[in-house]
Amino acid sequence: MTTPFYVSPQQAMADRADYARKGIARGRSVVVLTYADGILFVAENPSRALHKMSEIYDRIAFAAVGKYNEFENLRIGGVRYADIRGYSYARHDVTARGLANVYAQTLGTIFSSGGEKPYEVELIVAEVGAAPGDDQIYRLTYDGSIADEQHYVAMGGNADQITEQLKRTHREGLPLGEALRVAVDVLGRDGSGEKRTITAAQLEVAVLDRTRTQDRKFKRIVGTQLARLLGEGATAAGVEAESDAEDGDSSAE
Amino acid sequence: MEANTRGTGRLPAAFLTPGSSSFTEFLADYQPELLPSRRGLPATPVTVEAPHGTTIVAVTFPGGVVMAGDRRATMGNLIAQRDIEKVFPADEYSCVGIAGTAGLAVEMVKLFQVELEHYEKIEGTTMSLEGKANRLTQMIRGNLPMAMQGLAVVPLFAGYDLDAGVGRIYSYDITGGRSDEQQGYTSVGSGSLFARGALKKLYRDDLNADQAVTVCVQALYDAADDDSATGGPDLSRKIFPIVTVVTDEGLSRWTDEQVGAVVRTIVDARLVRPDGPNAPLN
Repeated sequence: MTTPFYVSPQQAMADRADYARKGIARGRSVVVLTYADGILFVAENPSRALHKMSEIYDRIAFAAVGKYNEFENLRIGGVRYADIRGYSYARHDVTARGLANVYAQTLGTIFSSGGEKPYEVELIVAEVGAAPGDDQIYRLTYDGSIADEQHYVAMGGNADQITEQLKRTHREGLPLGEALRVAVDVLGRDGSGEKRTITAAQLEVAVLDRTRTQDRKFKRIVGTQLARLLGEGATAAGVEAESDAEDGDSSAE
Repeated sequence: MEANTRGTGRLPAAFLTPGSSSFTEFLADYQPELLPSRRGLPATPVTVEAPHGTTIVAVTFPGGVVMAGDRRATMGNLIAQRDIEKVFPADEYSCVGIAGTAGLAVEMVKLFQVELEHYEKIEGTTMSLEGKANRLTQMIRGNLPMAMQGLAVVPLFAGYDLDAGVGRIYSYDITGGRSDEQQGYTSVGSGSLFARGALKKLYRDDLNADQAVTVCVQALYDAADDDSATGGPDLSRKIFPIVTVVTDEGLSRWTDEQVGAVVRTIVDARLVRPDGPNAPLN
């Protein structure tokens, strides 16, 4: 007869955390940063159909790294939560804070329950405000921890190095084109500092744009608009005006 | 708070179950009491007067579709509201107008809007126009028992079909019977008989957007002329019909200034000829 091993709770939790962290570290990173008109989401993602970032509600979007099926489940849960809240209360009553709390509870319960494997995901829930100072970015990790981030955040494989670099290169109030190039630049540097060029086809880019006239502020940036924003040098000053003119083109994604 | 206080505060299992991209189906599982069709029926046919919405017209033109509605809600012989809105955007490429019991109709529209947006977010793509029209059919069917008790809702649905590149109109009866209006115009509600007559004489298939709007406002004027439940343009209070235009660039609602200009032209012409424009005999 075998005696069951005693595993200390510390050890059990550390093992689960290790397991989740390894799964997350395998994936490519996602960067979320504020820019003059809202919040920008950039990820390296060659797939056109399997998104890492999506709309949740009017002013709220979601980004994730890790196991697709797990964060997709959470995304759908979030959309259902937001829609049912907006339907039975008012559109204004759906907030990123509320959603982030529900996600934190969900991830935390799953992490500490013995019966389920921990989710190998990290999430960002962001809400664009009426003014730059009202933007909110929440980062959630596999164990349900929640952090209120300011201005920029990275998650995924190289999160720490990317955050380090963003600290140097990100400024508040950057126009969209510049903010995008900052994000692509940091995504393209791997641990050794070597630089890769990431093309438009390998990128998934979206914004929560407070200047949009519709209630729904989320918009994917694709095709020619993305190529143009990437291609412009730091000299181009007309970025904002042009990107606004293009607004109607890709809003129907 | 309904959404998150059950159990431990984590998302309930129903939220994380993959499968349906329909908000209505999700509600039916999770909170059926929020669905209009799951409510108990009044035991006897409803004899109290509930506010009723009246006339909606829609006209297609090459490149899009226009929908317009008057602003009156009636309760028996009374005017319940003179500035009610009965034409709503359903999503970016379609709109829905409602006639019938206003309270139920507005709720149906609200659910329909969430249904379309929910699908779009979950699937990452917009629903086809036919699909949208079908979802609305199912909601009207859900209201059939209520309709049998006297609380009918009859919507009109119109949108731009992005695949075919044309504007389309779908009309319904209270049982959910749906017809794709191929002749390019239709009307619903109490003044619809008169509006239809006007549309028939004014419609042609080479209208532009502005002309299509004029046709709609003319038809509403004629409906208000002969149907007491339909409100005419109220120049003194500046209450004008709601006009929405849907094209490949999406839906736009005309401002009161824009509609007001059309209304004034029409009213001025009617001061000379009260019955409106004359159609040729042959």
